[in-house]
Amino acid sequence: MAEKGIGKVETHCYTFGTQTISLESKEKLGPVTLAYETYGALDAQKSNAVLILHALSGDAHAAGFLEGDKKPGWWDDLIGPGKAFDTEKYFVICSNVLGGCRGSTGPASINPKNNKPYGLDFPLISINDMVRCQRTLVESFGIERLLCVVGGSMGGMQALAWMIEFPDKIKSAIPIATAMRHTPQQIAFNEVGRQAIMADPNWAGGNYYGKVTPSKGLSLARMIGHITYMSDSSMAEKFGRQKKTDAKGGFSADFEVEGYLHYRGDNFVKRFDANAYLYITKAMDNFDATRGRSLSEVFKGLRAQVLVIAFRSDWLYPTYQSKEIVKACKLCGVPASFCEIDSTYGHDAFLLEVDEETRLISHFLKKVASSL
Amino acid sequence: MRLDHQIIKELIASRSSVLDLGCGDGELLSLLIKEKQAQGQGIEIDEQEIYKCVEKGLNIIHGDIDSGLHEYRDKSFDYIILNQSLQQVKNFDEVFTDALRVGKHVVAGLPNFAYYQARIQLAIRGKAPVTKSLPYSWYNSPNVHFFSLNDFKDYCREKHIIIESNVCLDSRRRISFLPNLFAQVGIFLVHK
Repeated sequence: MAEKGIGKVETHCYTFGTQTISLESKEKLGPVTLAYETYGALDAQKSNAVLILHALSGDAHAAGFLEGDKKPGWWDDLIGPGKAFDTEKYFVICSNVLGGCRGSTGPASINPKNNKPYGLDFPLISINDMVRCQRTLVESFGIERLLCVVGGSMGGMQALAWMIEFPDKIKSAIPIATAMRHTPQQIAFNEVGRQAIMADPNWAGGNYYGKVTPSKGLSLARMIGHITYMSDSSMAEKFGRQKKTDAKGGFSADFEVEGYLHYRGDNFVKRFDANAYLYITKAMDNFDATRGRSLSEVFKGLRAQVLVIAFRSDWLYPTYQSKEIVKACKLCGVPASFCEIDSTYGHDAFLLEVDEETRLISHFLKKVASSL
Repeated sequence: MRLDHQIIKELIASRSSVLDLGCGDGELLSLLIKEKQAQGQGIEIDEQEIYKCVEKGLNIIHGDIDSGLHEYRDKSFDYIILNQSLQQVKNFDEVFTDALRVGKHVVAGLPNFAYYQARIQLAIRGKAPVTKSLPYSWYNSPNVHFFSLNDFKDYCREKHIIIESNVCLDSRRRISFLPNLFAQVGIFLVHK
């Protein structure tokens, strides 16, 4: 497995804004650090760079193996030699978002004003803020224009933000299983997750660093999330009504699906910060690519080529939301491709439907790379 | 090269914008891009055909013809191509009217249900016709409109649609003698 992929990788850090950067909220923050990884080599013209944008719980480690890793990065199936994002052709960058907890500046970082973790003193951040920081990172490589920005779910929102914030700095964009803005239903699920965290007494108004963390609340938020990432049929197929062999009866989590959700929740709290979950989900809920206008108006001036991908069983980001993006492209004459992949995996499909995504992305990128 | 593709290629001006509705694997669209320097966009319902189109480097949108058109602004394209797909759309009149709105011209490739072999099968044998241009059995046909080349001409007259050009063919050659009897397919270039 490792020999076919890109093998050992390292996470790097880039720090900027030695004074501060201005956020969309007008608040100042700084200095800012982004954790990032790169795969493949930048060509002499610096024209082969692809920026991978991660989802809510993702991080900079998209591919390959870090020291001591048993499993590769979260999109390793698509990134590597001969894969969709072919590292023999493309220079692939992935960074942890601003507000994250996986090496980038976020609420768990140290506030230089008082040398304590920010907690809720961390300013509200937006998807656009995340993207502006990524732009600074990309510029640090001397890259003027990215070949492609690509991501699923919240990563797709960032791809949309790139299309709007920096239309002449990207040659193409691939928003996957995403939306131009959250619906009340999507906000509602996020709010239940946030309330689960804030209802945990250990959350303590966000001041839990160095103490007991609100792991019950964060775990519950993650469990709710995982329900929305799967589909009725993928759950039925994966778990059925199967019970564990050591079923204890009563109210113990004996059904396989219960065990799975607990397992997912328990693992999540080991690697994720509860406050970061609050900040990032809020950034998603506040994101609105239309900015009160029609998306096609906002897309005016965009010269990028666009590939939109949706999944039939994804009920968290239903296909009609992807079609709204496609419609805006149609209306403003942006060349677009769209495919609704017939998957049963639900929202998780963007991490799992490797063959179909590879077919679409590899050929799309080839076309983009060969066009002027 | 398929004869109908050859004919459509000849009908279309170089360097124009083209929307191919129901473009299948994108063979025609690729041809128009390569040989006529067209700017092409396709719409196709079959997911497997989408992959083939993307492999050819085409801009392709997954969706059905009935709903694929109405999102475009007036005269967004020089040509709308509806080749061998109109007989399968649910609402022919709505789609065709919309195609005339979105395109400066419409190229329609239509199977002829009054082809003489079809007439023989229906009149003599008393059976639903199956021909090369209408290859389906009655029980699995995706076709929902059954009309002849003359029916289509009547339709254009009634709707004040101007036929700029009409080429008829069977599976191998162009047919100019009694096309409504001897042609399997009619290709019309029209506008409104």
